[in-house]
Amino acid sequence: METARTYFVSDTSVMLGRSMRHVFRSMDTIITVTIMPIALMLLFVYVFGGAIHAGSDNYVNYLLPGILLIAITSGTSYTAYRLFMDMQQGIFQRFHSMPIARSAALSGHVLTSLVSNAVSVVVIILVALIMGFRSSAGVLSWLAVVGMLGLFTLALTWVAAIAGLSAKSVDGAGAFSYPIMFLPFVSSAFVPTESMPSVVRAFAENQPVTSIVDAIRSLLGGQPVGNGIWLAIAWCLGILVVAYAVATRVYGRRMA
Amino acid sequence: MQNQVIRVEGLKKSYKKLHVLNGVDFGVEKGNIFALLGSNGAGKTTIVNILTTLLKQDSGTATVNGFNVASKPDYVRQSISLTGQFAAVDEILTGRENLIMIARLRHLKNPRQVADGLLRRFELTDAADRRVSTYSGGMRRRLDIAMSLVGNPQLIFLDEPTTGLDPQARIEVWRTVKELAANGTTVFLTTQHLEEAEQLADRIAILHEGRIIANGTLGDLKQLFPPAKVEYVEKQPSLEEVFLAIVGKKEDK
Repeated sequence: METARTYFVSDTSVMLGRSMRHVFRSMDTIITVTIMPIALMLLFVYVFGGAIHAGSDNYVNYLLPGILLIAITSGTSYTAYRLFMDMQQGIFQRFHSMPIARSAALSGHVLTSLVSNAVSVVVIILVALIMGFRSSAGVLSWLAVVGMLGLFTLALTWVAAIAGLSAKSVDGAGAFSYPIMFLPFVSSAFVPTESMPSVVRAFAENQPVTSIVDAIRSLLGGQPVGNGIWLAIAWCLGILVVAYAVATRVYGRRMA
Repeated sequence: MQNQVIRVEGLKKSYKKLHVLNGVDFGVEKGNIFALLGSNGAGKTTIVNILTTLLKQDSGTATVNGFNVASKPDYVRQSISLTGQFAAVDEILTGRENLIMIARLRHLKNPRQVADGLLRRFELTDAADRRVSTYSGGMRRRLDIAMSLVGNPQLIFLDEPTTGLDPQARIEVWRTVKELAANGTTVFLTTQHLEEAEQLADRIAILHEGRIIANGTLGDLKQLFPPAKVEYVEKQPSLEEVFLAIVGKKEDK
């Protein structure tokens, strides 16, 4: 109906305001999505870094893209958690019995995921700068990095939405993120894939994280990205389309 | 009838092989408090969910304020408000933020003023800026009902509003419901407490095995039973009366 449509933007922004408050009022979320990846970065740069030969003299530069992906993955697992909690409590029922845009409740969560992950990415990049991260990338390359990370966040957020909407328990809601968070370790995020045994290497080189990490690393390093970036975009778009389709179906069924 | 705000005819709903509603018929008149009585699992919540557009019936028709709930859900949502079985409040927000959020979603002009007014009315002003997770059960329920009153809907659904509340909080909810009806709001209430229906309702319908088996005023229903016998019994105070007498009129903070 037309009234529902005209209010979609304002309804969604109310929902965004609501769940952003949830993010900022939860120490747990802030710690997990920013401090944990920063700790991981410190650990890899100052403890393991000396022993890792990544083929560049600045290991922070090499490491940062993978750290950002880990941060985003753990960030989206909280989207699943918040969505699950909303489904459990009566609040979604209240929203759905009100004359507001039906999808506003869901889009509010998706938007919150984009905004809060953007915040944690910025914080992590600032810490990386202090640790010696330097980029020769121009404005266009930075825009491409932002776009790539945004696309990755969006794709994973919809995966998280499936988990949050269909989980039977709180633990189940966040569980989807553990295997995904593990993917960067078996990719080019921490060490070059050339150092891996052949089977592992084959997996590492053909999974999405490697292509995304490589693309971002090339962009930040001012290197030509080649065709790799299209592969990275294709992975993200593919995951996004499938996850979106599944999530909206689950949402429709749960909210029949 | 002209002034029936809810009309339900031949409503049926099954979950897989379980027939929850087997042809439910009833009507609710404007300004009444209508109580739907039934034991656990009788299908009370199913009826509420259908009438509040959360669930689609298998067959039969239901209209709310003249709009068919299945074909015109957006129009129905404009004029109703639901207080579900589980408090639909946001625990992480404060009481005030909860009310402002709902006022914004109802696209009211002065969300802050609306919130202030309801906080005062429900004696939540002192707790307004505390997170709802610190509220007692009674306060939470009061906030829940206050959220349902944002924008003054003409018809309010209360699904087991006093389940899990202590006697004082229950009496508070009763008072609120009576005030609502006094101001012309129609209240649709479900309950499994017979006393609650007796206290509040203008009309009572009993839902049993998927059908309405009785529907009328308290007086009507009493006539269905054998006439009262006169017996002399010593009336001991019930535990509830004792409890309320000891605790007095202490309100929760």
